[in-house]
Amino acid sequence: MSVISTKIDRRRFLKTSLAGATGLIVGFYLPGRHEVLDAKADPAIAELNAFIHISPGNRITILVSKSEMGQGVSTSLPMLVAEELECDWRTIHFEFAPAAPAYFDPAFHRQLTGGSTSIHDCWEPLREAGATAREMLIAAAAQKWGVNARDCHAEHGEVVHPGTRQRASYGSLAEAAAKIPPPASVKLKNYTEFTIIGKPFKRLDVQEKVDGRARFGIDVRRSGMYHAVVLRCPVFGGKVASFDATKAKAVRGVKEVFEISSGIAVVADNTWNAMEGRRALEVKWDEGSSADVTSDSIFEQFSKALEKPGVPAKKVGDAASALSTAATKVEAEYRAPYEAHAAMEPMNCTADIREDGAELWVPTQAQTSSQQVAAKIAGVKPEQVTVHTTFLGGGFGRRSETDFVAEACEISKAMKAPVQVTWSRDDDTRHDFYRPASLARFSAGLDAEGNPTSFAAHVACDSVLRWVFGSVRNGMDGTSVDALANSPYDFPNILVDYQLIPGPIPLGFWRSVGCSQNGFFRECFIDELAVKAGKDPYEFRRGLLAHSPHNLGVLDLVAEKAGWSKPLPHGRYRGIAVVEAFHTYVAEVVEISLDKRKNVRVHRVVVAVDLGQPVNPAIIEQQVCSGVVYGLSQTLKGEITIDKGRVVQGNFDTFKVLRMNEMPQIEVHIADSHRTPPTGMGEPGVPPIAPAVFNAIYAATGKRLRKIPYRPEDLA
Amino acid sequence: MAIRFTLNGKPHVVDVNPDMPLLWVIRDTLNMTGTKFGCGEALCGACTVHINGEARRSCITPVSSVEGKAITTIEGLSPDHNHPVQRAWVEIDVPQCGYCQSGQIMSAAALLARNPHPTDVEIEDAMAGNICRCGTYQQIKAAILRAASMQRETAPSTSGEFDHLQPGVLAGGAE
Repeated sequence: MSVISTKIDRRRFLKTSLAGATGLIVGFYLPGRHEVLDAKADPAIAELNAFIHISPGNRITILVSKSEMGQGVSTSLPMLVAEELECDWRTIHFEFAPAAPAYFDPAFHRQLTGGSTSIHDCWEPLREAGATAREMLIAAAAQKWGVNARDCHAEHGEVVHPGTRQRASYGSLAEAAAKIPPPASVKLKNYTEFTIIGKPFKRLDVQEKVDGRARFGIDVRRSGMYHAVVLRCPVFGGKVASFDATKAKAVRGVKEVFEISSGIAVVADNTWNAMEGRRALEVKWDEGSSADVTSDSIFEQFSKALEKPGVPAKKVGDAASALSTAATKVEAEYRAPYEAHAAMEPMNCTADIREDGAELWVPTQAQTSSQQVAAKIAGVKPEQVTVHTTFLGGGFGRRSETDFVAEACEISKAMKAPVQVTWSRDDDTRHDFYRPASLARFSAGLDAEGNPTSFAAHVACDSVLRWVFGSVRNGMDGTSVDALANSPYDFPNILVDYQLIPGPIPLGFWRSVGCSQNGFFRECFIDELAVKAGKDPYEFRRGLLAHSPHNLGVLDLVAEKAGWSKPLPHGRYRGIAVVEAFHTYVAEVVEISLDKRKNVRVHRVVVAVDLGQPVNPAIIEQQVCSGVVYGLSQTLKGEITIDKGRVVQGNFDTFKVLRMNEMPQIEVHIADSHRTPPTGMGEPGVPPIAPAVFNAIYAATGKRLRKIPYRPEDLA
Repeated sequence: MAIRFTLNGKPHVVDVNPDMPLLWVIRDTLNMTGTKFGCGEALCGACTVHINGEARRSCITPVSSVEGKAITTIEGLSPDHNHPVQRAWVEIDVPQCGYCQSGQIMSAAALLARNPHPTDVEIEDAMAGNICRCGTYQQIKAAILRAASMQRETAPSTSGEFDHLQPGVLAGGAE
């Protein structure tokens, strides 16, 4: 049996602080106040390391450093710990970790949940944390019994010494174990030894989510807390010219009305009174320089830019000359609109800014950034800001921003009291950081036998990374050309280039980021090539994926499970697509029909995924379904359009999303893989669905549509 | 103006603007936060509660209109969170982020109260007003069918100790 030995160099994860008599529960890792931790409330709870607390009653609390926004980290991360801890799963509980360096993501060097990285990045540290704690518990038992630790082992939450038939529970050993120095290295299990990883364990967060107890950010209630809403300029880049608060202040319950960085804050005794006060506000805006921007004007800009060559993102051979000598030339232009995240829980944050520090209760994907923002506004050090991460009512990338945190901090500081800022649905839709609108021109050549000779993609859009980091180097943003510059298809000549067109519409990470639009473009264009080459779309892809075994693997798996080669009932049509996102490979086959009014109905979606060693197949399946539904909304339903420098859509009547009566049957197949570290599933389900549906629409109608979302009039 | 109603069986008197939506009275005045705000215009269903046993969107229901009525929220749907819908939700592991699930559960419970044997299409129609951005629709439908069968298994005993507090709300109860 092989074992993996890892040298422990992440001392910050593993160094122990003492419990019990010293009362030093939180130690130097966790500066500030952490009432959120059970450990604080009960000094008898021993902290084995930053991730594992054990009570005398054998209650094991795993601190979850990632944000739970539905993707299941509050179950899957404890599974990683428990696998090595050798405990009884039923004794496992979770709490969200405070904001502190101990909980930084080892790749991001900050506390952040995004990029489908949680399982990947925590794979080693959390198993090490579990193994280290186990060894410390064994050492404590050996010490107590006066036996050699090597003769002891751990099982089901107990340490056992078979020679003397002695057993001791983790709870009884935890306090002593917490005082034992962590081992310098631990042996981690091989996949053949897993008893927890790979099993469809039930989620740990379900009970509280079916009885109303789960605390989301919007549910935070503090003594003396005010409720606030903010009126923001509808035009991006605009600001307040002047305002008259007289009528707003006359609204029952309104306490204060004042200007903050993002607009005008209306503070009241409850949310509704604050909203009523906002309705009564009279404001004159300085709309700035973007008041004439429209979606059309933005796409015209993109179109014009594409007349010139862009910054190369990938170059193989000479695509232009190969195209000029090709027997068949295929050219197409694709576009995708802005998309809002539309998490069910509107943006919100509760802040208590005091002179000696600050406290945040916030549904955030970005604890470290939130802490920094609060510290700056409060005028204190980041470690003086306590961040309580609540459940997130959806995130999808939106909650990696801190705009709503800054609002709560500014208002709390002015009010000298705890303040909860709540956004309305319209606020949420109209002041998002959007998935970029993008325009892409493709060209490809085929020889006389239909073999591909060249592939070129020219992309024009604004840059997400420019918005997130302020600038990008050399005019390149890898997210703008993701799934294109790293396309797995073997063409002898390839050119992918990019034109960064800066604009006023705020951009951010939207579930699956660049793959969400480029996956659609690429997989539809590949379908076009298959048609021109006279080949089956599945077989055509196979021919181009000889050097990409994982893409080929999920493509073959999905074709088999969907019965690709089998005939369909009358009126049903299939489409296929495969996209790798964040190193997870996903292929999807859809079955659709069209009614007389050309409405598309998606009946069935078959999905094959390869994400390496599965941690929790049930959660993986949930995330695949979730990605498909999220992707179907951008395929068939909502889009964000710009008119007069502002977002046209507001509530769910204008920004439409998929509902239950439009839901297909989804089947998920997970490839048998033990690649480690495993990759994520929060986002990669999204990209293949739009092209699979559009390829099916082509199969049904013979008409190639090249922009999402689908509109029946596009078939007219 | 004082407005009286019962919330999860307990009498309440609130002195608020009579136009204030019930949602905000429940959440901000009474601090019962299980009922969620999602859209404010009855477009998403996150705020669904039962008013005299019927599913209603509390975000557009003026509190004055519930004078004398019996309101049930997710916290009061069952005494020990053991309503068949809640049990089915746990059994099938329905929630992901969970934010919409209070509303989903309240809509589902009201559906089963008036139609103990819903078809797939009836479920879709009844639940189309409840948005879930995590896309748990497939699991919700499975859980409603499961709850319906649980209800049949335990039908004689469900009209027990609690339905005197929320007439018509409990599984198997009359409208």
